[in-house]
Amino acid sequence: METKVLTKDFGLDHLYRIGVYLEQGGYRAVKKALTEWKPEQVIDEVKKASLRGRGGAGFPAGLKWSFVPQKTDKPKYLCVNADEGEPGTFKDRSIMAHDPHLLIEGIIIAAYAVGIHTAYIYIRGEYELIARRLEGAIGEAYAKGYLGKNILGIGFDLELYVHRGAGAYICGEETGLLESLEGKRGNPRLKPPFPASVGLFQSPTVINNVETLANVPFIILNGAGWFLERGSPKDGGTRIFGVSGAVNKPGIYELPVGTSLREIIFTHAGGLKPGRALKAVIPGGMSCPIFKADEVDVKMDCDCVAAAGSMLGSGAVIVIDDRTPILDVLSKVAKFYAHESCGQCTPCRLGTSWIHKIVKRMAAGKGRADDVETLVRLSTNIKGRTLCPLGDAAALPVLAIARKFKAELENTMKGNA
Amino acid sequence: MSREFTADLKKRIEEITARYPSRQAALLPVLHLVQGETGFLSAEEERAVASILGLPPIKVREVVTFYTMFTRKPLGRFHLQVCSNLSCSLAAGERILRHLQAKLGIGVGETTPDGKYTLTEVECLGACEQAPCMMVNFDYHGNLDPEKVERIMEELK
Repeated sequence: METKVLTKDFGLDHLYRIGVYLEQGGYRAVKKALTEWKPEQVIDEVKKASLRGRGGAGFPAGLKWSFVPQKTDKPKYLCVNADEGEPGTFKDRSIMAHDPHLLIEGIIIAAYAVGIHTAYIYIRGEYELIARRLEGAIGEAYAKGYLGKNILGIGFDLELYVHRGAGAYICGEETGLLESLEGKRGNPRLKPPFPASVGLFQSPTVINNVETLANVPFIILNGAGWFLERGSPKDGGTRIFGVSGAVNKPGIYELPVGTSLREIIFTHAGGLKPGRALKAVIPGGMSCPIFKADEVDVKMDCDCVAAAGSMLGSGAVIVIDDRTPILDVLSKVAKFYAHESCGQCTPCRLGTSWIHKIVKRMAAGKGRADDVETLVRLSTNIKGRTLCPLGDAAALPVLAIARKFKAELENTMKGNA
Repeated sequence: MSREFTADLKKRIEEITARYPSRQAALLPVLHLVQGETGFLSAEEERAVASILGLPPIKVREVVTFYTMFTRKPLGRFHLQVCSNLSCSLAAGERILRHLQAKLGIGVGETTPDGKYTLTEVECLGACEQAPCMMVNFDYHGNLDPEKVERIMEELK
């Protein structure tokens, strides 16, 4: 069975132009959904397809859509999360660069399903050239009547805008994103209320990741059954795994949800670079707890990776080789979260900077005998005690490294002293 | 004293504000626009943006100081932003930063005296398949080694 769905046309020249996209059958899913289906049928089909969020949390997309009230006197909004800040992640960039109309199609269908007339693509500020490409594609979609007033003559309106962030990891957190879109610092909000009822501009809001929405047209065209066949029973479709680090062929690999991590590393990404052996792997972006080399026989779906003690996250696989001291990995993790904590919650603000301080002294040869224990205690005190998941994102990888590589860390410290 | 925006810039700002139900929501795009014109955001620009969007100046300062892409001091003509995050460091990214420091004779966060280059260390740029990578202004460069960096620098005239 051909496994590529989202990326199968990526090799085509100028796929980002609407003419080429239409030649490939583009916008058929929009036509089908808007002219043949009722909005609630679209939501039901996406629910049946078990499409889970590709941004990190893996929440079922159809269920998320169904939480938005059908009847409300407020406008409803769709925010597309294209912030892609999770270290190791680059899949959404590839979708937007190669196939922006696929994302636009997904946006139109999602907006139709939920009754939304304004959508924003919140894209990380560094992706300026991709933001321009998106704007070009949006302009083409308006010109062809797929966006704007009275789309396909069915009386459905949708305005779509690109909104650039400005360099802040926290804005990938959904309520941080909302604050940022409103023109403020990206400080996450207390939940509840959840964005489905009180989101952007105090109105009901859906927030979906780019890859999540890019799957929607295929579910409409081929049905939930077809989509489920391509993945795991509770986690349908394919995932675009982004593999980086010490492998021969870093890159994106679109594979069925549930493909084993070992297969991704050794078959698709070409295994470790010559003369290196696998030491560890981060399965879903930096915030996901690390696996040791003997833990890679895990099926890469949300539930299986969770059962193995980590998270599928954004599907960003970072491969670490035997020449890399684990203290180097820990240093990167510690520095990143200390830098990116928004500072709102004390356990995260202080905890991440204390962790960073301790890891720095370990690396400088000034570590203390109980430093690894202190790291465990500190991260345990951050975990679950913050408004948003950044606290957990900072704590969990530190905990995993400190527990799984305690002996190596202590040896390295002794060697550095 | 407050800075006055040109008629053209004002028109572009109004085009942006029309996308949102609140003028404040236009703040990030407007700051990008103004910084693109002026190179950096001084207190004057902050006040002018605040005034045109109907915000207290402190709301603009809060945002400018929160986001790493907004700068309150002038940058070099070429802003070299080198990733030092995990995937790049696994691909020997540190040597790119060291190479540029030695070549330019400046430290991280500094600008060459001729105002041509600013060197910044940044977090993951989302191009890990091409690690190690850097951005020069908004252009991505990947699979870097010192020789490739030399060739890129040659072209930055």
